[in-house]
Amino acid sequence: MNLILFTFIVLLGFTSYYFGRKKAYTIQSTKKRLTALPQFYGYYLAIWCAIPAFIIFSLWAIFEPTIVKLLILSDYSNQGYLDDELNLLYEKSKALSRGQFTGEITPFIEASAEKYLSLRSIAQSSKVVIVLSAIIASVAYAYKRISSNSRTREPVEKFLNAVLFTASLAAILTTVGIVFSLIFQTIDFFKVIPLFDFVFGTHWYPAKAFVRDSSEALDPTMYSDTFGAVPIFAGTFFIAFIAMCVAIPIGLMSGIYLAEYASTKVRQYAKPLIEILAGIPTVVYGFFAALTVGPFLKELGTSMGLEVSAESALAAGGVMGIMIIPFISSLSDDVITSVPQSLRDGSYAMGATKSETIKRVIFPAALPGIVGSILLGVSRAIGETMIVVMASGLAANLTLNPLESTSTITAQIVVILIGDQAFGDPKTQAAFALGMSLFLVTLCLNIVALRVVKKYREKYE
Amino acid sequence: MNKNKEQLLNKRYKAEQRFRLYGLSAIFMALLFLTIFIFKIFSTGYSAFQKTWLIVPVTFDAELMMLDQNPSKEDLQDADYYDIALKSMADLDPNANEDQENELKRMVSYFFEKEIKNELLNDPNLIGKTKEVYLTASDDLDQVFKGNYPRDLPEDQRRVNDYQLKIFDQLVANGKVESKFNISFFTNADSREAELAGIASSFMGSIFSILVCLMIAFPVAVLAAIYLEEFAPKNRFTDFIEVNINNLAAVPSIVFGLLGLGVLLAIFQLPRSTPLVGGITLSLMTLPTIIIAARASLKAVPPSIREAALAMGASRMQTTMHHTVPLSMPGTLSGTIIGLAQALGETAPLILIGMVAFVNTIPGSPMDPAASLPVQIYIWAESAERGFVEKVSACIMVLLGFLIIMNLFAQIIRHKFEKKWS
Repeated sequence: MNLILFTFIVLLGFTSYYFGRKKAYTIQSTKKRLTALPQFYGYYLAIWCAIPAFIIFSLWAIFEPTIVKLLILSDYSNQGYLDDELNLLYEKSKALSRGQFTGEITPFIEASAEKYLSLRSIAQSSKVVIVLSAIIASVAYAYKRISSNSRTREPVEKFLNAVLFTASLAAILTTVGIVFSLIFQTIDFFKVIPLFDFVFGTHWYPAKAFVRDSSEALDPTMYSDTFGAVPIFAGTFFIAFIAMCVAIPIGLMSGIYLAEYASTKVRQYAKPLIEILAGIPTVVYGFFAALTVGPFLKELGTSMGLEVSAESALAAGGVMGIMIIPFISSLSDDVITSVPQSLRDGSYAMGATKSETIKRVIFPAALPGIVGSILLGVSRAIGETMIVVMASGLAANLTLNPLESTSTITAQIVVILIGDQAFGDPKTQAAFALGMSLFLVTLCLNIVALRVVKKYREKYE
Repeated sequence: MNKNKEQLLNKRYKAEQRFRLYGLSAIFMALLFLTIFIFKIFSTGYSAFQKTWLIVPVTFDAELMMLDQNPSKEDLQDADYYDIALKSMADLDPNANEDQENELKRMVSYFFEKEIKNELLNDPNLIGKTKEVYLTASDDLDQVFKGNYPRDLPEDQRRVNDYQLKIFDQLVANGKVESKFNISFFTNADSREAELAGIASSFMGSIFSILVCLMIAFPVAVLAAIYLEEFAPKNRFTDFIEVNINNLAAVPSIVFGLLGLGVLLAIFQLPRSTPLVGGITLSLMTLPTIIIAARASLKAVPPSIREAALAMGASRMQTTMHHTVPLSMPGTLSGTIIGLAQALGETAPLILIGMVAFVNTIPGSPMDPAASLPVQIYIWAESAERGFVEKVSACIMVLLGFLIIMNLFAQIIRHKFEKKWS
């Protein structure tokens, strides 16, 4: 229904464009000078068609459900129901009207389901009528208004400018959305679990929070020693550390080689080949780590008499390191190439070899940029999900042995939220609290890294 | 003194060579990983494109199928095929006892009844006759035939027992086992049985999510880029927008999953597990990538173009829309494709919004529950059955194939249509 209405409005928009332009041509044919190109008259009318439609549509979307709900619940208003029960009644009748209701059908619910349906259809048809009459009225008004000396280009361009500006707000809205979706659940979580227990507790057993009858009241003492996030944070940083141990030497050295030594031919082929590593989906790395690297390390360990878990932190971290190599190599390659040639020439003139120049002159000069690229790599390692979900353990052990399994923030979020989740449960909220800490940590890393790289770029530009 | 100098010089040259070698070996290591990786995926995955069939003679006994004389099409639809299916399997070994008959039945997929039915529906004249029918082998036998299953394990650790292997070897010896191209891998939806599982449902899920993602992210990102690059005044607010964009590009993908869960599902009440929600979540993730690419390509259009248009009396909006934006399109498009390729490979946010649900139907619209290719890889990789290992690799090959095509396409657009200003 909405789709048909929408198509119809789009068609109306095109027609009004056509009529606007036609009017402009008619004016032109009377040898009067137009103030703008004829198509602007068309755009002008089309905008007059789109704006009222958009406003009414959004008002409807915002207010229709609440008004319908109010009207339905007004039947029950003085029967002493609690708010929650009223909500439940409403949801039940809504489900029944869609034919998706499976519980016991009482006459009350049936009546309100019928009322719901009739209200919805009234709302629908009144929407159609209102939208169409508003469009026709506004287009007719605008059509009458345009004449040879009316300004059409300026309003159209102003409108376009506003559209462009709104689109640029999308990035801010997304950030706001992220914070918004995380913060409420996180606050609820910390109402039950003290912040101190979360940040300094050393036991993480969210499965314990499973065993709760949802009708019982929340008993915070039940969760003491359940949501201590230290093992998770430690595991996250530990796996990221292993990853960086693989990624920094290989990435940095290949970046240096590509920037300073490689011939154009080698560079032309090697660079995109290494960057393929960055384009491989992480779930593929996860599969590789779980199926090949994990068992391989286990066998290797057994042959050397070591106890290696099949889901060792080493396997996950190592594979993650491979994934991060291209980020570090291409960023440090960029950074090194942008070091001015004069620094190199100066060093060569003093008789330094190439490697001495790199180590003593170029590397220090490029250091801020390289640090920035490493920080971005760390942020990626901390936020990486699929590799750890598939290749590292899901139980949170507090360990510094790379051969044992550990868990990370991201893996725990997935473990908790996979399948159905009940909002309002401390366990679900714990995932959001973890998400919040992940967001904050990566935010800090990113801002610092981006600032460092930017400062560095400015220095040599 | 002189000798000392030479020694020092030699030492420095050696250090130089060593350093060079480190660099070279770093590149070599990175490429080695890539090679091992691709080799491993291909060597485990290629066999999934073949499917093993058992050729079993089936007697279409009208009595066993509960059919009357001259049955109509509907009678054939409703007939009982289970008995003749069972019988034809049991007939593989005339001396089989009841347990063994059961094991014989397990040599083929549970779909065998349907396969026999289709054979008869294609040719109703078969009633009363015997015909050799191709039946899908169970995934364990499939793996045995492909040589992926160790036959020398003790019997109680195998899912195929000695009896089944004996009959299977007889069939192989008689040439009654055949391997053909696995069409059902591309046409079937997901299934709990490895031999029947296919990627059609997750493939459609991926396509729908990517389309939704494209339809939202592309227009918004291009408009935002135009504003920021061509119109935005330089002030604190636009700086703030910039910081936001750059930061969003580096926010972990799982956080976007939490956003989808907390806002799209919990507040806007959009349907769970659907490509619609998946696509919206992915579009928020791709937005910064496209904005950054579009801005870079707008920046690359030389100012002389703008100045020429302005000098001819075009307004700023006309200059931008008629000249700058069209000239920047190749770069923007290739950036968009690369962003979409990233979104296509993304898994974690989709898991959080419920796209891991087991879906055994092929979705027909973005509002139907679906998985996506990477999520399918995750689901199969987590299941214990051996038959799924090669399926995962095959699915990865399909996914990588798409990513390669998309990236090539982006390259082609960039090189073919982008103007070089010098």
